[in-house]
Amino acid sequence: MDRIILIGLNHKTAPVNIRECLAFSQDETRDALSGLRTMASVEEAMLFSTCNRVELLVISKERQNAAEQAKDFLSQFKQLPLSDFESALYQHSGDEAVRHVFRVGASLDSMVVGEPQILGQIKAAYRTATEEKTSGVILNRLLHKAFFVAKRIRTETGIGDSAVSISYAAIELGRKIFGELAGKEVLLIGAGEMAELAVEHLIRNRSGHIFVANRTFERGVELAATFKGTAIRIEEVPDYLRRVDIIISSTGAKGFILQKQHVKAVMRGRRNRPIFFIDIAVPRDIDPAINTMNNAYVYDIDDLKDVVEENIEDRNREALKAERIIDEAVINFRQWFQGLDVVPTIKALRAKVHSIAQDEVRKTLQQLGHLSDKDREAIHRMTESLTNKILHEPTRYLKSNGCQNDRSTSLDITRKIFGLND
Amino acid sequence: MQILFVLAVLCYMLSSAGYFAYLFIQRDPLHRIGCGLLVSGVVFQSVEIIWSIARTGHMPVNNLHETLTVVAWALVGAFLVLQLKLRVKVLGVYVAPLAAFILFAASQFPKEPMQPQNLLRGFWLVVHIITIFLGDGGFALAAGVGVLYLLQEGSIKRKSRGFFFKRLPSLDLLDSAGYACVVIGFTMLTIGLVTGMVYAKNIWGRFWSWDPKEVWSAITWIFYAALLHERLTVGWRGRRAAIMAIVGFAVLLFTFFGVNFLLKGHHGQFTRL
Repeated sequence: MDRIILIGLNHKTAPVNIRECLAFSQDETRDALSGLRTMASVEEAMLFSTCNRVELLVISKERQNAAEQAKDFLSQFKQLPLSDFESALYQHSGDEAVRHVFRVGASLDSMVVGEPQILGQIKAAYRTATEEKTSGVILNRLLHKAFFVAKRIRTETGIGDSAVSISYAAIELGRKIFGELAGKEVLLIGAGEMAELAVEHLIRNRSGHIFVANRTFERGVELAATFKGTAIRIEEVPDYLRRVDIIISSTGAKGFILQKQHVKAVMRGRRNRPIFFIDIAVPRDIDPAINTMNNAYVYDIDDLKDVVEENIEDRNREALKAERIIDEAVINFRQWFQGLDVVPTIKALRAKVHSIAQDEVRKTLQQLGHLSDKDREAIHRMTESLTNKILHEPTRYLKSNGCQNDRSTSLDITRKIFGLND
Repeated sequence: MQILFVLAVLCYMLSSAGYFAYLFIQRDPLHRIGCGLLVSGVVFQSVEIIWSIARTGHMPVNNLHETLTVVAWALVGAFLVLQLKLRVKVLGVYVAPLAAFILFAASQFPKEPMQPQNLLRGFWLVVHIITIFLGDGGFALAAGVGVLYLLQEGSIKRKSRGFFFKRLPSLDLLDSAGYACVVIGFTMLTIGLVTGMVYAKNIWGRFWSWDPKEVWSAITWIFYAALLHERLTVGWRGRRAAIMAIVGFAVLLFTFFGVNFLLKGHHGQFTRL
């Protein structure tokens, strides 16, 4: 197993100025892989680079100094002295390397645990490795298992369930109030990055028309244009409460711009349809007393922050469950890997063919009760030499130097065609 | 037909376990198991009821045992119909144990059939009984949904988002489901009352005889009519509608049990012990 070697750095071990120096673009990745392919000690290789991590995964023939060579390779390729980043590097081999790959794929090692993009990024990196023909039997198996484990963790644990950003948390709440967000009309009061992000989330959820109210009407018109919405004057806001369902407010106003009586006045006209206020402004724009009214809901920035914190805790709890799934997958992978050795494969092959032959002989002899012991003995002997003759060539091939160059592949194919992995 | 009864109880009990497990661990197969068990329970009960009608020629509502059995059947039936349109899955947590409990309660009462009465024959009466009980089932569901609504609304308003927030569906779905239940219940109750009156006209020669059961049924009807009216005119929805559905169900329970035990009237025999 210690032929599997992984070196890398991530957002926990390296500051951004080192990460950006070592980051590989798509083309650089291809060049690096073809460079690695020419190295005698490297059997298989894959390079994975995102804004938060750079990882080099190598299957090496030499167990001793493969990691050193890989580090030197990184340093030479990036023309960066090794001493600059060596302290930020981590290095895993064997079980630990496999576990690391599984954890990264399942987004347990991410900055935001459970974020879903990482799996797609690994898939892309793996595709590049296959295109550059630097992935072989072991990496293929390892990566496919990593994808499988990631998928399993996503479905069996709640690791990706809850929203971990303010704007997304607001959308989740909206969904708990309205069910579907499709067709719900939105009023944006004021502007601000977080508020605009929330509106974009809403549009992605096929929300209805967007109204924008801003203190300077011109700015409102500009903003409305980006959302294909309508700009209204800030004085018109109370009137529009009759019509819109979600209000996102982030103005710089000193006091509350919407009071309880504003909402009270429109509730009857709304036929008590629910209305949801998202108040991202500090100081607050929306009177919190509105939350005490029936069918009106107010969440301010602190409420949303609490939601996010709670959700992050939830994810971390779920991550513990995920670790168990990963432990299991690492053990399974090790079993497969150990089977990829010559002796266990030959043993398994012989055992399989022998047991088939013995079963069939036993069945046949049961029906031939009239045979003497001597006859039976002869049939047994014949079966024995038959299986030995059949197994002779495959055994010799697996032991020979003929398959030395690509031994893992030969072993893997042998295990597959004889069904030795089950 | 004891075996069908036992099978139905068993199905509802196992279904309750399935739904509770679903409530806690939120795995979809658990909900499917719970729902499947409810369906099997209803099938067993339907066979039992049809068998009983075929054998005796009238609805099996001669004593409290039989009446409660039909109530459980109607409740689960109404829930399964609701599931087709509005999938409030967690409501099974309320329906399955309630059905199991009703059947369990029924089993505690003697089940010797009363002297078959000619009173209980006829098309109008069968329609009357079935629609009344389906209506009761609808109102029971509305009350259950109302409780879920209040729980979910509370967790959103208080911003505490505890156990229920993730597990319950959106307020909008709960509100529409409650409304649908009341509409179904109200329609069935109306048909039930009308057919009951037609039947009374045939038997006693008058539509209305100020029997306590009749009076309280009318009160129930007026209560739900007011609830629907307010919703349609001024949009009574959300919290207030949920509370009213729960209160309405309390009135209904009194109409069902209270009238028979505390007051007298010509419906008394159906719940006689």
